Amino acid sequence: MTAAPYSEIWHRRTPRARLVRWMGWLCLVALFVWCWQVMTETTIWAFVTDAPRQAADIGGRMWPLEWGYVPELLLPLWDTINIATLGTLGGVAMAFPIAFLAARNTTPSAMVLRPVALFIIVASRSINALIWALLLVAIIGPGLLAGIVAIALRSIGFVGKLLYEAIEETDARQIEAVAATGASGPQVLNYGILPQIMPAFWGISVFRWDINIRESTILGLVGAGGIGLKLNASINTLAWDEVAVILLLILGTVVASEWVSARLRRAII
Amino acid sequence: MLHLKGVSKTYTSGDPALSDVTLSVPKGQILGLIGPSGAGKSTLIRCINRLVEPSAGSVTLGDVDLVRLGKADLRRQRRRIGMIFQEYALVERLTVMENVLSGRLGYVPFWRSFLRRYPARDVQTAYRLLDRVGLMDRADSRADALSGGQRQRVGIARALAQEPELLLVDEPTASLDPKTSRQIMRLITEICAERGLPAIVNIHDVPLAQQFMQRIVGLRAGRIVFDGPPSELTEDALTEIYGAEDWNAMRQGDAEQAEAEADAKRRMEALAQ
Repeated sequence: MTAAPYSEIWHRRTPRARLVRWMGWLCLVALFVWCWQVMTETTIWAFVTDAPRQAADIGGRMWPLEWGYVPELLLPLWDTINIATLGTLGGVAMAFPIAFLAARNTTPSAMVLRPVALFIIVASRSINALIWALLLVAIIGPGLLAGIVAIALRSIGFVGKLLYEAIEETDARQIEAVAATGASGPQVLNYGILPQIMPAFWGISVFRWDINIRESTILGLVGAGGIGLKLNASINTLAWDEVAVILLLILGTVVASEWVSARLRRAII
Repeated sequence: MLHLKGVSKTYTSGDPALSDVTLSVPKGQILGLIGPSGAGKSTLIRCINRLVEPSAGSVTLGDVDLVRLGKADLRRQRRRIGMIFQEYALVERLTVMENVLSGRLGYVPFWRSFLRRYPARDVQTAYRLLDRVGLMDRADSRADALSGGQRQRVGIARALAQEPELLLVDEPTASLDPKTSRQIMRLITEICAERGLPAIVNIHDVPLAQQFMQRIVGLRAGRIVFDGPPSELTEDALTEIYGAEDWNAMRQGDAEQAEAEADAKRRMEALAQ
């Protein structure tokens, strides 16, 4: 039997591609080493070596926990949950029409309205809720309203983007079939498109609400209401035993909201 | 009833999908449109209700030229044309009843359709049609809970709910098994006969077309190359439509499949004993 005239050598990449990859990794390592150097140059090492002692000190001041502080926190916590929920509702309400303007298959004008809608989405996404809150506290004054509006404005981008992607992924045949019956534009929207995006819509909204619970806990740091206000006050007075209680309470709330959101999403999908 | 005159369609990519198609369908006739994939069958029937805009020619239904209509008039004329789709194209997350009632969308104002408050007569029609296609007990099931054959029955009921004067049927059996395919074709032809409804049926299955159609039109590369009764659909005609190579391959494929099916059946019977 003669050997088959086939090569026994096979490489996943060409020699050139291998060289390029190897150079790429080399550059990455070099970049890391250089960054490390820049970073450590301005570090005051005395503080760093001192870090474990400082952490232990703060940890020690947190103990014992100031449980008597909890009743005073419940109202701000309720405010925080309201900021997140109302902000999500507002954000979703504004994102819904914007998503239809942004989706390629439903936009009434691809030249004007679509770019405008996409810009609103990008603008909303590029500014953190904390910065929105900072601006809004200056504009409409401190309090819950500033927090709600901040959360709503931040949510438009997230919900709008995911929703318009869901609209673009709808099955065109179902829409075509509804249009073929002689249905009007709004009817095609109602019968052909809405049923297809409803699971995505509820999933996205609940997911965003869950994120907003987390984001709204810190809005108080800039005066936009909720439990963040209390956190700020306790940090400023160095009442670490109160800070620890607040952090635990936030942790509990976030875990609860994640559980609720996971359950809701499973029920929908 | 329906007259197509010089209908052509060139897509923006530059491919001519239809060139100069002239065709008349009288009342009550069931016409089968056959041809290889890419011959323009789907484009042709979509040019009739203008889901695809024809580039040239005229399409007259009764005495209305559909090609020249504005948006609102087109919607009103689309009500007269029922369409049945390949792979059903039901709105999967709506119920069977909502899908059938969606055939009435062109007749009811938006608020009625949005609130699902259809006129009593429409609801009655929908129930009657569901009974006709044998799905009375599935009215409140979601469409995606149905089998393929059941879904296509819903598709038929939706098209009939429009009280159409013409049926366009696009590959109604493409995703169904042979037995269900025959049942669906029988149902469509029976309903057309009951109502004297003309129909254009895109169909890639030649034996099925020969069995159920009154007239066959063969399309090749966007042109009509055969037009006659099924009895005139000879080997030569089929070679003309499909090209010698493809037709032989198709025939051979059919023979092989029949053999394989017979073989499988024998094995099953042997196992049963």
